[in-house]
Order: sequence, then C-alpha cells, then structure tokens
Amino acid sequence: MTGHMRVGFHAPDTVEELAYLVAEAADTRTPLEVMGHGTKREVGRPVRHGAVLSTENLVGVPIYEPSELVLVALAGTPVAQLERLLAENDQEFPFEPLDLGPVLGFGPGQSTIGGLIVTNFSGSRRILRGSVRDHVLGVQAVNGRGETIRAGGRVMKNVTGYDLGRALAGSWGTLAVMTEVALKVLPAQREMRTVLCFGLADPNGVEALCLAHGTPFEVSGTVHMHAALAERLSDQEIANNGAAVTAIRVENFPASARYRSSRLKQMLQAYAPALELDTLRSRAFWDDVRRLKMFQQSGRPLWRISTSPSVAAKLVSSLARKIDVDVLYDWSGGLIWLETPPISDAGAVELRRTLAEFGGHATLIRAEASARAGIDVFQPLDAGLMALTASVKKAFDPVGILNPGRMYAGI
Amino acid sequence: MSQLSLPNPDQAVLQRRGEILKQLKKAAPHAILIADAEGRRTFETDALTAYRCLPLAVVLPDSTEEVSAILGFCHENQIKVVPRGAGTSLAGGALPLEDGIVLCLSRMNKLLSVDLVDRVARVEAGVTNSAITEAVAGDGFFYAPDPSSQIACTVGGNVATNSGGAHCLKYGVTTHNVLGVRLVLMTGEVVDIGGPSLDAPGYDFLALINGSEGQLGIVTEVTVRLLKAAEGARPMLLGFDSNERAGACVAAIIGAGIVPVALEFMDRPAIHVCEHFVGAGYPLDVEALLIVEVEGSQDEIDTLLEKIGEIAADFAPLVVRRSQSAAESAKIWKGRKAAFGAIGQLSDYYCMDGVIPLSALPKALDEIGWICRKYRFDVANIFHAGDGNLHPLILYNANDPLQLERVELCGAEILKLCVELGGCLTGEHGVGVEKRELMRVQFSETDIEQQMRIKTAFDPDWLLNPGKVFPLEGPVQ
Repeated sequence: MTGHMRVGFHAPDTVEELAYLVAEAADTRTPLEVMGHGTKREVGRPVRHGAVLSTENLVGVPIYEPSELVLVALAGTPVAQLERLLAENDQEFPFEPLDLGPVLGFGPGQSTIGGLIVTNFSGSRRILRGSVRDHVLGVQAVNGRGETIRAGGRVMKNVTGYDLGRALAGSWGTLAVMTEVALKVLPAQREMRTVLCFGLADPNGVEALCLAHGTPFEVSGTVHMHAALAERLSDQEIANNGAAVTAIRVENFPASARYRSSRLKQMLQAYAPALELDTLRSRAFWDDVRRLKMFQQSGRPLWRISTSPSVAAKLVSSLARKIDVDVLYDWSGGLIWLETPPISDAGAVELRRTLAEFGGHATLIRAEASARAGIDVFQPLDAGLMALTASVKKAFDPVGILNPGRMYAGI
Repeated sequence: MSQLSLPNPDQAVLQRRGEILKQLKKAAPHAILIADAEGRRTFETDALTAYRCLPLAVVLPDSTEEVSAILGFCHENQIKVVPRGAGTSLAGGALPLEDGIVLCLSRMNKLLSVDLVDRVARVEAGVTNSAITEAVAGDGFFYAPDPSSQIACTVGGNVATNSGGAHCLKYGVTTHNVLGVRLVLMTGEVVDIGGPSLDAPGYDFLALINGSEGQLGIVTEVTVRLLKAAEGARPMLLGFDSNERAGACVAAIIGAGIVPVALEFMDRPAIHVCEHFVGAGYPLDVEALLIVEVEGSQDEIDTLLEKIGEIAADFAPLVVRRSQSAAESAKIWKGRKAAFGAIGQLSDYYCMDGVIPLSALPKALDEIGWICRKYRFDVANIFHAGDGNLHPLILYNANDPLQLERVELCGAEILKLCVELGGCLTGEHGVGVEKRELMRVQFSETDIEQQMRIKTAFDPDWLLNPGKVFPLEGPVQ
C-alpha cells in the first residue's frame, strides 16, 4: 500500500479528479462502491466498500446534434433532464428507459444516464428498437487502474477496434467507471395507439402478443399482466375492469398509427380487443409500465426474467404451482417481471430450478439485503463463462476495486 | 501492400510443418486438410487482394467438435490460427500467416433451427448471410444486416466484422441482431454465450465478440433475430447539382424526424459507371444522387415520400422521382448493389470505409476530392449517407508499384480526415491488416492497451488472428 484513500463519499467534479481517485484506490486496494445517484444501489449483492465514488457531479451535454441523431452526455446527467432536452427537439431515447426508481423507494426520473447504461435496463420498446446497449455509440470511462479510456465514438457505424463501450453496458460498474457516453437517439413518435384485450389467460395473452409481433405494423410494446397487477394502473377504466390486461402498442405519424391499430384489431379478433387508447391515455399506460407502477406498493421480492416467448406462460404456470406469484409479461413474454412472496430466499431456488427446465435467466431486482447476501442475485454462469468473466474483469480492474462482488463473488 | 509487414514467422513451426500436419490430421480426422501449394493458393488472400501469403495449411472442419479439436491442438503446439468465412474481407482480416493455419468455416453451412414464434434462427457460422433471409422470406420474415457481399459472405464473418449494410440505418448492424453464439476458445473450450432470449446474463460478451475480427475465439454457431418484413418498401431518387446540396438534404430529412430505411449517396463518377453497367435509370446530368427508401403500407409510403420530396425542394433538386413499380425499385437497388463491381470493371480501386458525423458530409466530400487530386487519382463516392459511412473508391492501377504505394498514402490521409472531423477509421469493413497502424490516429496508447488486454483475456498467447487490428508491437504486459 502506498497511501490512504479517504473513506466516505467522493463526487469529483472532473474526470481527471475521478481518475486520480480511482488510481489512488487501486494503489491502496480500497474497494469503491461506484454509483450515479444511487437509485439502484440496493440491486445486486451487497458490496463491501471502503469509499463511495459517485459520478453525480459530472453533468452536462457536450454534444447534441438532432440532425445526426447523436447525443453525448456526461455520466452523472439525470436521465429526466436528457429526456426533456430531447423532447424539446421532438426526439427521444428509442429504448424507452426503464425507471426502476419508484420500485426501489425513490421518486421517478432520478437515475443518471451512466446508471442507466451500466445496468442496461430498457423499456417495452426494446423489442422493436433495441436495448440501451444497442444505442451506445461510444464511451469515456475510467478503468480500475485509474486510466481514462475511450472506446467507440460518436458516429452511427464504427467497427474500429473492439466494442468496449457496449461491453460496459450491463456491467454494473464492475469493469470501469463510465464518465461520458455517446448515444443514438431517434425522432419522437407523434402518435401512439394501444389496443387492449381483457381477461385472457396467460397462454392466450402471450399468444396474442406474439401474433402482434408477427405483423408488419412495427408493434412497439406488448404487455400482458394479471388482474391483480392491472388493478394498480393509473387508468381507472382499466384498473376497475378487474380482469387481466393484454396491451399492444403501435406508433408512427397519426394516420399511420390509426391504420396500424385498426389492422391489428382485425387480426386480433379471436382475442376480442375491447378498448383502444389514444395517444394521451397510451402515454399514461406505458409510463406506468416503464415505472413498473404495478410493483411499486408491495415491497415484495421482484425478479426480472429473460426467456423465450414460446415458453413464458408454461414457465410461469409451472412456477405458480409452487409459489404464489404476480406476473407482468413484457416483449411478448421475452421479459417477465415477477413478484414472489417475502420468503427468505425470495423464491430463488424454485425459480432457478424452473428456469433450468424451460430456459432463461433471472435477476433479483428487489429484496432485503439479507436475502441478496445469501443467494445469487444475478444468474449464475457456467464454469466456462465464469472464467471468461474473471479474465475480462481483470483486464479492466486488475486489483478488483470497482464494485467488487456486486454481480458475482470474486468479480 | 507495399508497406505491409506481418509478425515474423516462427521458424521452428515452419521446419516442423510435415509433422504438425500429420498430427493435425490425427486430431481432427474428419476435417478436410489442404496441404499442397496449389490448394493453399486459393486461400492466400481475401477481398483485399493486394496482400497475399501462403498459409502453413488450410483446414475445413464441419463441426464444433472438430473446431475444438483443431484449436486445442494448435494451442498445445503454439500454432497460430487465422479464421476465415467466405474470404470477403475488404481489410485483410482473413489474410493468412506463413506459420499459421487457415481455419475455414465454409463447410459448416447448416441452418439448424428456425422459430417464427420467438422470431429467432440458429445457424452454423458458414451459412451465407442471404441464406437466412431466403429461408424465412416465404413467411414474411428477414435477417436485417445486408452487406453488399451478402450472397457470398458468411454469418460467422459478419459477426467477426460486425457487418452492416444499406438498411442498417433503421435495423442496426450485426451486433444489434445477434442474440447468441457458440464460441470455441483458443484452448478448444466451447462456451455458449447468449441464446434465444433478448438479453444474455452476465457481461455483454456478444458486444466484444461482434467486431473482434476473429481474435477472441472462433464462432461456430450463431443465433440471430428474425424481423417481420414491412408491408412494402419503395425508393425515390433525388438528384442535385452539388454534393453539398445532397449532403445538406440528408441532414434535413433526418432532422425533420424521418428515418428512412436506407439513404444512399452516389456522386457523378459513381452514377455514370453504375448507369452504364446496369442501366438502373439513374439521371446522368446531376452531380449527386440520393436513393431514399421508406417502408410501410402504400399510404404510409406515399405520405413519407411526399414529405421527403417537400424537404428536398429546399435544396433545388434537379430530379425528384418516386419509383412507380416493383421492377423499377429492383433496378434502382441493382445499380447500387452492383456499384463496386461496376467500378471494378473500369479500374482497380482502393475502397475506404471511414465514417464522419453527418454535419461534416459536404466538407468531407470536398476534402476527399482535394486529397485525391493531390495524389493524382480519380475517386468515386458511393456510400450510406444516413449514417455517415463513406466509401470513397480511389481508382488506380494495381500493377504499378508506385501507384500502389501512393494509393495507400492517399487512403490513409482520407481516414485521418474522417477522424479529424469527429468520425472513425472504419464503419463496417474492419481494421484487419489494412488500418492496423492507423489505430493510433483514432485511439490513445491507453485506449489501445485496454483493447489489447481484452484480446489477452480471451487468448493469452495471441494465437488467434495475430498481426491484425492492433499496431504490430503486440500485447502489453
């Protein structure tokens, strides 16, 4: 050890200062808890840290070129601030950022862009437009050696060297501290229509969603949720219906969105579409989905499962025979949000056993620290992938100071 | 080319060649082993034909198990391996090494499964890009990345170079459309990364593997997303009296909130060559031509094309022509897709692949013109304007060593310009051997070292496709 890293909270104002702090932490082997505003700090395995390093003071938009569809932001810039800036120019984040704040005890819109990227949580439009990671064009970050690195760039197409920028997405701050990111943005959708069916059983609901995605109408959101969850939606007419809700969204310019929704309703006739939401009501509905409103009150363990639509309903029904679950299917069932009873392992054993049978993987998004300390919060990897994970971690953070153990023990 | 050097061949390996090949045959008895000089000659280059090198041997396995056995053997014996798909790399990515084997995946060309409910297909790495779309087009689906070489190039090669194509403005490039790979590491170990679901657990290794130019492992199977085709698509042609006006029109279309499915740019030399070659119906009295394609129902297409026509009107277009029929649309695209071939009929060309921010388009074209004039070359520009991916084709005589040397310098200057304007060296062709030494123009030593550490994390001995992507000095310790 060559010095003493001050414990406590560090929120440097410049990238240089941040890099210096990381280098110092590396020298002194001081584990750092890396975060933006910390809205997701309760996700993951509990981190043992000597100091907290926040990017919250790295705020700003060095480049925004609407006609190039490019936005470059410093990592600590709040997502909500960037969304306002985009909206002023009739643009948006195509991946429809998921806002986990409200289910984790924070208000909406508090997360930073850096936090969004490193957790890679996309919203419902992900199936049509791609994930958060898909829209990363380049990054600047500080690795575990305290070196400032750049990867990618600010242009749409770039195969110059390895794609380290996208690789940092979903790495939960365990590889490098993201300090700046360049993102692709898109024109905002002007008109939004949502077609709803009520009371469908899970297999039929998922079937309807898959059917919708098999049409050429650029379906940009598909969810199916149990009645118990639908009751918690803001739209009173839907909430009071007392039935499971299956919802399908189309977008585009007004005439096109209307055309698409009318064609969809014809094709979904077997599922009895009963309601169509206009743009305003659609926005409220999908805002509820992106903030997981239906999971905000209970505080019970919340899981995020990635699987194939064709097995989604079977997986859930198999699991429901063993534990009591409330379910939201997103991306026509490719993504399942699932609330489990507050049992000691948050349902992990049964869930992972069921996943092994049907295929897919699960991340525990919300649970008490005691539960998170005792189980695998992230999907366990097989030996080969785990070895690669350790090698890649070492390539970025050789002494293991960045969010150590957050994703996996020893990583 | 003139200035190319490859890592010094390992003399011990060259001397043991006979014994190595005998053991290799034993390790993978079902793989085809090409040892004779004539057979190896077929593989001595890729689509960057100025560079050639006869490999130690060529081996063509037909299963993941064989790939694993071959890599395991090469790892044990410290023999370098150059992976190859169809050999269509324009950057020398599949250029052989004298002391290394070429591992060619072209026999692994089976479509393993197609699932239209989950909208995914699993294919072997040697399947051609267009074979996927052909297999699902009857049901109205397609695989989105569409590089110009799509009839020949393989999906494994697409992963290696993170290939794009004309339609990636809307649908993204390979990394956006690959959900999983089966990867054989240099040790012979097989790992499955990702799979049929949209997100993979753990680190995003797919982000690293797409575009890694065969340096991290050998991909033997790929799971790709299938997309439902739009109801229809139709292009329109917009002709302008200057590159500047055409470039400004591109920015205006996107700035107005329209993202066409494709937005292609051709300058006067390119228009004339393509029209002469294909008879695509391009106007000959314009300086720059845009092909703008939109998708949707007939009404949606009409609305969008009308809007684009209105936007273009601000830039004094000489030609505004909407395609009137499927046949006309096909002809318009045939001209664009045949462009490189058409120019190749006329002259040797050196194709660059730099990317620039869209706002710099007029300046970039102007400067490229100056640079080429300085080096006394003609240049034709055909490129994906929507995403700023330039393809200046510098016309030269490959049989003249002096021109060869000059064209390399000219190309390097153009790429440096792209980086100076805020862009990058390569948008879809890859770094390969061609742009290896230019990496320092775009990246700092620290940036390059970080990338090299990733290479080392996957392949500690640097046996997989060495001498590519990075400046020749090799790995940092």
